[in-house]
Amino acid sequence: MEIYKKSISELSNLLDKKSISSVEMTKYFINRINSYDSKLNSFITIDEESAEKEAKEADEIISKKKHSLLTGIPIAHKDLFSTKGTLTTCGSKMLENYIPPFNATVVEKLKKKGMVSLGKTNMDEFAMGSSNESSFFGHVKNPWNLEKVPGGSSGGSAAAVAARLVPIATGSDTGGSIRQPASFCGLTGLKPTYGSVSRYGMIAYASSLDQGGPIGKSAKDCAKIYDVIKGFDKNDPTSNKKTSLKSIDFKSHKEYAKNITIGLPKEYFSEELDENILSKAQDSIKVFKKMGFKFKDISLSSNNLSIPAYYIIASAEASSNLSRYDGVKFGYRCKNPKNLEDLYMRTRKEGFGKEVKKRIMIGAYALSSGYYDEYYIRALKIRRIIRDSFMSAFNEVDYIFAPTSPSTAFNIGEKTSNAVEMYLSDIYTTSINLAGLPAASIPVGMINDLPVGMQIIGNYFSENTILNIANSFQEETDWHKKIPGEFDNE
Amino acid sequence: MNDWQTTIGLEIHVQLLTNSKIFSSSSTAYGSKPNRQASYVDVGMPGTLPVLNKSVIKKAIEFGLAINGSISKKSIFARKNYFYPDLPKNYQISQLDLPIVEGGFITIEGDKGILKKINITRAHLEEDAGKSIHSEQNNCTYIDLNRAGTPLLEIVSEPEISSALEAVQYMKKIHSIVTFLQICDGNMQEGSFRCDANVSINKKGDKQLGTRTELKNINSFKFVEKAINYEIRRQIDIVEEGSKVIQETRLYDEEKDITKSMRSKEEANDYRYFPDPDLLPIEIDSDYITQIKSDLPDLPDVKEKYYRTEYNLTDEQLNIILNKPSFIKIVDEILDISKIDPIKIINYFISSLYPKINKDNFSLDENPYLPKSFCETIDAIENGLIPKHSLKKIIDEIFLNKDSVSEILQKYSSEEHDDDLIDQTISDIIENNKKQVDEYKSGKTKILGFFVGQVLKNIKGVNPSIVKDKIIKALNSV
Repeated sequence: MEIYKKSISELSNLLDKKSISSVEMTKYFINRINSYDSKLNSFITIDEESAEKEAKEADEIISKKKHSLLTGIPIAHKDLFSTKGTLTTCGSKMLENYIPPFNATVVEKLKKKGMVSLGKTNMDEFAMGSSNESSFFGHVKNPWNLEKVPGGSSGGSAAAVAARLVPIATGSDTGGSIRQPASFCGLTGLKPTYGSVSRYGMIAYASSLDQGGPIGKSAKDCAKIYDVIKGFDKNDPTSNKKTSLKSIDFKSHKEYAKNITIGLPKEYFSEELDENILSKAQDSIKVFKKMGFKFKDISLSSNNLSIPAYYIIASAEASSNLSRYDGVKFGYRCKNPKNLEDLYMRTRKEGFGKEVKKRIMIGAYALSSGYYDEYYIRALKIRRIIRDSFMSAFNEVDYIFAPTSPSTAFNIGEKTSNAVEMYLSDIYTTSINLAGLPAASIPVGMINDLPVGMQIIGNYFSENTILNIANSFQEETDWHKKIPGEFDNE
Repeated sequence: MNDWQTTIGLEIHVQLLTNSKIFSSSSTAYGSKPNRQASYVDVGMPGTLPVLNKSVIKKAIEFGLAINGSISKKSIFARKNYFYPDLPKNYQISQLDLPIVEGGFITIEGDKGILKKINITRAHLEEDAGKSIHSEQNNCTYIDLNRAGTPLLEIVSEPEISSALEAVQYMKKIHSIVTFLQICDGNMQEGSFRCDANVSINKKGDKQLGTRTELKNINSFKFVEKAINYEIRRQIDIVEEGSKVIQETRLYDEEKDITKSMRSKEEANDYRYFPDPDLLPIEIDSDYITQIKSDLPDLPDVKEKYYRTEYNLTDEQLNIILNKPSFIKIVDEILDISKIDPIKIINYFISSLYPKINKDNFSLDENPYLPKSFCETIDAIENGLIPKHSLKKIIDEIFLNKDSVSEILQKYSSEEHDDDLIDQTISDIIENNKKQVDEYKSGKTKILGFFVGQVLKNIKGVNPSIVKDKIIKALNSV
């Protein structure tokens, strides 16, 4: 049946017609994980027992005809979403033994719809990284080329979906952590408007930037997850009541393309961009033009400021968010602490990895008295400028189209010794987080058998049209259907 | 010693009287078993987020208005970062820039017996920490997070207090305001109201203030006075010996009556304050402030002046009445309705009604007729219609009874009587009023009222209907 190739609505149909049960489907994907994941290391925890239990419950609901479109369909969660009773490590030694007593709102909402959680996906430690090399549980490999990184920080989710080990997965995006791995792995990833998806139970990296979202095979698949996880949550005061609760409504491009002008920011197509990517970008623009979308050159001149501003703000918030990991209440505790200070020092020295410690130090420094104005306050001002420049761009155009990453997936180990080069791989994504805007990355081509991603950026709460534009492209192209050869069999 | 002057600023921590914590739904009740009132949010579990309890905003605004402070239309929470085991997130959610209340003042009786204005810099909202309990016996520390997340209002004074006694006056005044407004239970033993004092000394006439020390966590008026006095003496001794006071945090040791160094400025934390990204700014519209202002009761000061000039009430009486807005409300109505001497009716109030409303935490909403029933009862007593000793029982009955009080009074007036005394009195009156007896005999039965009146005048509280029956009998047998 080639179940692994099926979209969510196809899987839903099979369950609905009882061509396959949820238990069978769950076992099918668990088998794929068991046979393939040793190559990828995309999962930290595979929860066969509870998955089977959830699948049985789903089958009962289906037999009573009380099921939703998502009932019985397997999913995997990035390991920073709290899952009640299941290990939630955030990719860190600090939480290698942490089992949350409650579900994150995202997890709870999907569970209520009857989705079956297969396990928890690997990630950069505390979501800090662009290559999934900072995980305490080992790096993840890119299914398209096992020498390459899958991107980060949601690298495990992206690799697992790309290898079709699971139909769809959740991720989180603080500076590009959904879009960049989606682009490196040939997938569709949606980073929603800040505040449209609850952060409750999602282990914080940088509170004002973190946003959960789906990584899937197509815009349509992502929409089905986004429809469920979005909406105001009383447990998250930063979740936004303005979030539309209407389901994403897909239209043919004939109905709307001619009314839409898409901006091409010249700063995103500058010299830093790999020329092969540029040519793929131009190919994809041709596809859109053919459908009737109009294009216009624009400028987002503040984009060059986004990386330094991002690393100050994200690190400052992280330095405070990660203070709670002290060996006192939960998580890792050093052996035989001599006194309180020793407990703090050794727990944090032994429990956190290098990248996390680096960002805690950057953040604590930026918030210190005497440096606060120079770093933190200045970064906030830049953030405002970036937001304003997007707002004035949206006076000229309806959406913005830009590369997701300046390169395709790079080699494992290639950038680990050069922090600046690693940080620059987020150059096209962080400004969107700083502005709090929604964006989706879609696959638009291949270079040397590695996928290329482009992102569609919209104004606040424009997920509906972003996903429509992505879907219109996917109705005209097959890039999103490409499967890495090694994993393209039952 | 006379060459020196003292400068003191106080930071008072007031636990706000709410059912649940400032950022979670767990209970704030005092005294439960350790860690039974700590939710996932209070423990700082990964992924949890604070959700503001809106009732703290109203309480902070009430305080701000009561001290003539200005209420910030936009107020923000900040994180104060420091590591401590009973601070679960290792940061405290507090306010730095844009606190909810800015400015304001109170008036205290200063050292020279004259009124002194003390300015208040700010009052801001924050969460309380948990408690560390050190056990020497087991050589370990236990942590109780029940208190973590209890809402606090920190009230910061300008350094305008000049002595330990003034500090006590200031603290008592703030205590009376927050308890009167019922935004704090004022229980100092349970730590609901505690203070830090910044103390420095300098030569009289010097413009430059001396180096200050901070005395932490003092939780009684007596200890504030003692700790500050000790600290002043200690600082003067140091300077007079030619040394310098070190800027540091000190703890008051109640048993030894001394202050001890806790940490010096060099060891002090850089709190790395920054706006808390998990919480949106508090936006307060002016209509809301206006509404709170109009509902705010007159403060004890204002009421005190009124009772003194209008009714001549005594210090003793005022001390009781001015404790709670609910007492004032009832007393105002009683004074309005009652026709007898104000001091007298208030004495009745204090001896009979007050203990009951105090004990039951009565509010006028529960029985709006109570002041009227009370005044009628006292009238009946004053007119001798019912015995005084029945007052307590009557109060119990009228307390929650919203019907007319007359039936209850009727019942009590017939309750007990001394037959012999009544009979003797009646026969005496008949003996001394021959003329009226004759009038009665000649058919002028209206004169009966005269006889009843005479008896009632002689025997306080006797039931008139019993007297009437007895008189008719006696007159008929003459």
